[in-house]
Amino acid sequence: MYAFEYQNPSTAAAAIGSAKGDARFLAGGQSLVQAMKLRLSQTGTLVDLSGIAELKGISVAGSNVIIGAMTRHSEVARSAEVKQAIPALADLAGGIGDQMVRNQGTLGGSIANADPAACYPAAILGLGATIKASVGQKERAITGDSFFTGLFETTLAPGELITSVEFPVPDCAAYVKFKQPASRFALVGVFVAKFGSTVRVAVTGAKSSVFRATDIEAALSKSFTPEAAAAVKVSANGMNGDMHGSAEYRAAMVSVMAGRAVARALG
Amino acid sequence: MTDMSMSPMNQMGKPILRREDQRFLTGNGQYTDDIHLQRETAGVFLRSPHAHARIKSIKLEAAQKSPGVIAIFTGQDLADAKVNGLPCGWLINNKDGTPMKEPAHPCLAQGKVRHVGDQVALIVAETQWQARDAAELIEVDYEVLTAVVDTAGANSATTLVHDDVPGNLCYDWGHGDKAATEAAFAKAAHVTKLSFVNNRLIPNAMEPRAAIASYTKHDDSYTLHVANQNPHVERLLMCAFVLGLPESKVRVIAPDVGGGFGSKIFLYAEDVALVWASKRVGRPIKWTAERSESFLTDAHGRDHVSTAEMAMDANGKFLALRVSTTANMGAYLSTFASAVPTILYATLLAGQYATPAIYVEVKAVFTNTAPVDAYRGAGRPEATYLVERIVEQCAREMKIDPVEIRRRNFIKTFPYATPVGLTYDVGDYDATLTKVLKLADVAGYPARKAASAKNGKLRGLGYSCYIEACGIAPSNIAGALGARAGLFEAGEVRVHPTGTVTIFTGSHSHGQGHETTFAQVVASKLGIPIENVEIVHGDTGRVLFGMGTYGSRSLAVGGTAIVKAVDKVIAKGKKIAAHLLEAADTDIVFENGEFKVAGTDKKVPFAQVSLTAYVPHNYPLDKLEPGLNENAFYDPANFTFPAGSYVCEVEVDPATGVTEVCAFSAVDDFGNIVNPMIVEGQVHGGIAQGLGQALLESCIYDKETGQLLTGSYMDYAMPRADDLPSFKVDNCVTPCSHNPLGVKGCGEAGAIGAPPALINAITDALGVRDLEMPATRERVWRAAQARA
Repeated sequence: MYAFEYQNPSTAAAAIGSAKGDARFLAGGQSLVQAMKLRLSQTGTLVDLSGIAELKGISVAGSNVIIGAMTRHSEVARSAEVKQAIPALADLAGGIGDQMVRNQGTLGGSIANADPAACYPAAILGLGATIKASVGQKERAITGDSFFTGLFETTLAPGELITSVEFPVPDCAAYVKFKQPASRFALVGVFVAKFGSTVRVAVTGAKSSVFRATDIEAALSKSFTPEAAAAVKVSANGMNGDMHGSAEYRAAMVSVMAGRAVARALG
Repeated sequence: MTDMSMSPMNQMGKPILRREDQRFLTGNGQYTDDIHLQRETAGVFLRSPHAHARIKSIKLEAAQKSPGVIAIFTGQDLADAKVNGLPCGWLINNKDGTPMKEPAHPCLAQGKVRHVGDQVALIVAETQWQARDAAELIEVDYEVLTAVVDTAGANSATTLVHDDVPGNLCYDWGHGDKAATEAAFAKAAHVTKLSFVNNRLIPNAMEPRAAIASYTKHDDSYTLHVANQNPHVERLLMCAFVLGLPESKVRVIAPDVGGGFGSKIFLYAEDVALVWASKRVGRPIKWTAERSESFLTDAHGRDHVSTAEMAMDANGKFLALRVSTTANMGAYLSTFASAVPTILYATLLAGQYATPAIYVEVKAVFTNTAPVDAYRGAGRPEATYLVERIVEQCAREMKIDPVEIRRRNFIKTFPYATPVGLTYDVGDYDATLTKVLKLADVAGYPARKAASAKNGKLRGLGYSCYIEACGIAPSNIAGALGARAGLFEAGEVRVHPTGTVTIFTGSHSHGQGHETTFAQVVASKLGIPIENVEIVHGDTGRVLFGMGTYGSRSLAVGGTAIVKAVDKVIAKGKKIAAHLLEAADTDIVFENGEFKVAGTDKKVPFAQVSLTAYVPHNYPLDKLEPGLNENAFYDPANFTFPAGSYVCEVEVDPATGVTEVCAFSAVDDFGNIVNPMIVEGQVHGGIAQGLGQALLESCIYDKETGQLLTGSYMDYAMPRADDLPSFKVDNCVTPCSHNPLGVKGCGEAGAIGAPPALINAITDALGVRDLEMPATRERVWRAAQARA
């Protein structure tokens, strides 16, 4: 680790005001701190968000579940409101990392980092969530579909802070994570959600960034069955290939996991 | 041996909780990094980012001016000081009788770097972070060379890892009767042939390697605290071969050590560089490896490529086995590297079978990868994998039940001299196999297979009947085979005046539980409470000598040395008691902690005898020295031969290639067992490591660049609890015939026996000839797709 300045503001506005130059926000620190310890990441100022109450908490408003950016995975996993409204989301949060990671890691930190194998991005796309973010005095709402722009890249501007995420409540949904055996991140993770006649299918782990599997969405819109999902032959084009799975294998697992997600969504 | 069966102090065979666990589990263990010496400095090694490169220049100026820097040393400094390279402890001769190639193994790179992580410079600073900052300021100008990475291709590569080693060939060795083997193949009714890759593994001890070297000016002596499995061997190699120091001036202390699995046997370059530099700096230097350094520089394990052929008669009786193996040594010869694919491998190729003729040839090659050396099992897992995979394949090709073909070929009379140079003293292979069939409920397997099929899953059953050679080793045999050290063990029993006892053992515990097991043996022999027995190990300044712990040798060899020393204590105690009881020495018996005159009620307790020895007022001073303190060195008459039968049952999901290990049953014959709880723990750990190798673990280097692709836990898949079933374990006992405890050793069995059981089960499920380890999900999926 290289030396850095540490700030611990108590309001979002103060945090945004502190984010100057190469300053980084510190959310749960489950990726950033590791990278800093390995000297792979260097920052002059670290702005710790853990003392900001307004960034934490879970509420249900109408047909949306709103989760503060600094809400820990373990809080989402055991939240009665989330379990009631979107059990798939609680289930997803409960399957991230291990207990220690879940007690520290946060929703905002996860999606801002945009790890290609992280779980939460699949929920953002799968549920068509809306991300609330602020920079300077301005707050904006970013659609989930436009938020992730590439490998560890998002549409967030420098110094822009995610404050909360709104997840629409689906008719039914499920997330199935096929774990990479070493890291236990998603080798392929598929989030399936049904909203009336619309079906959204988001895939994480398989490409450089989370994406919607439109072929599977089309098939499931016609027939929301495990067989319909599993029958779609997904192209290996653009899929990641590494020692844990070739592009061809990942493509095949997208269909298999989509089928299993549908089965789970149907209960 | 004293009869202790009736003694209330008899602790033998009892599952006593490990005495050392109190301190480990409450954070009071004292590992090397926990030790802080006065005026301690921090050492950091600058390591090569390239697999193979010429060092054109090293510029230190900027780094030397960096805050807190005390000194920076490079290979040139060691060369100028005439510090030798690291030695190899085992000489292997080529088929033509010429010796193996032993290229220089400098402690800091000289001229070239030969693997990613090769140490280039040692930076000593006030703090670790200052040393790291300085390391980043060192400018090394590298001329990057082609890397030799592939084991099978190293011999024919045009690039040489060492300029003085043609064909990158360390040795080309042969073992067994070639003519008899060829003759048997000529008359075979059937030959089964298989090729194998024994995948390369990274040891992953929980505690990384660590060392603190310090120099004391007033007596010109050195002390090295180091996470090591055999401190006396470390001292001997470092003093005699590298630094040219008398052993009397060097103390090596291996305190609590958090696992080794073989990787902490060896004399490493860092240890030497730190000891040498500690005198230059005049202050202690501490270095603790980062986990990344452990991945890059701990000696790796396995990495064999082999073909094997078994010749059989029409009834599936084995006639001959022919094996050809290429073994990867990595960039340099580590301490025991040369012995692993030869002495510890080829000699085990008979397995549990009476195969009359065996011939094996082994080529050892250098590559631009980390050194490879002994890792839990060391050669014996590679031999067992090969034998038990080909035996299973023989059964399939001959359409004989895999249990039946094993029984048909088992060795049944003992002692049995194998055609590969070992003599098995005892064993009962039918007994362990029969017991494991019951434990695994093999009878109920067809119903379970049918149930799996109903769910679209493929179920498979795999066997493995392993043997290993432990209790390493009779020194004269080892010497004839090229060992450059003895392989005995030493023990000392120091009886204190009040009758409490301190045992000094040359064995080293780094997780094995010696402080409990050895104390059980001593307490039982002396008839005293276990609390009165203290076990000391891991310090050349306190323990008389030792060859250390590896090869499942501690109880069989180290324990026997202790028993012999205890017997000497008892013999002297009888003379003291005879004097006190006014009887003849020959009339004294020792039972339940008391010396008695046979056939009378006259007796004197152990503690009174010990007190008399140290307060010799009424004592036969004309015939007997005071004190009660005895040493023993024990050199075993033979290896010990633990053996067992394992059954693995798997269920494969053909849609994903996921293999669930549904059940794993193990019946081992370790001879007599002192602490069944500790033995069961060793078996569990060994099986977990074995299944880890077969299912998950693989050390992968980039074929072109030689970069380590599995350099962290993000990519190197360790087995975890949810990857494994609850193991079913049991034992059969045929006591070892040539040591007084009748023990054989249990530390490596699981890692040796488990891999072939798992791969036999998966290939059975899939109906395929072979599947390369580790059985990754994609490999299994592809095999399942090809099948469908």
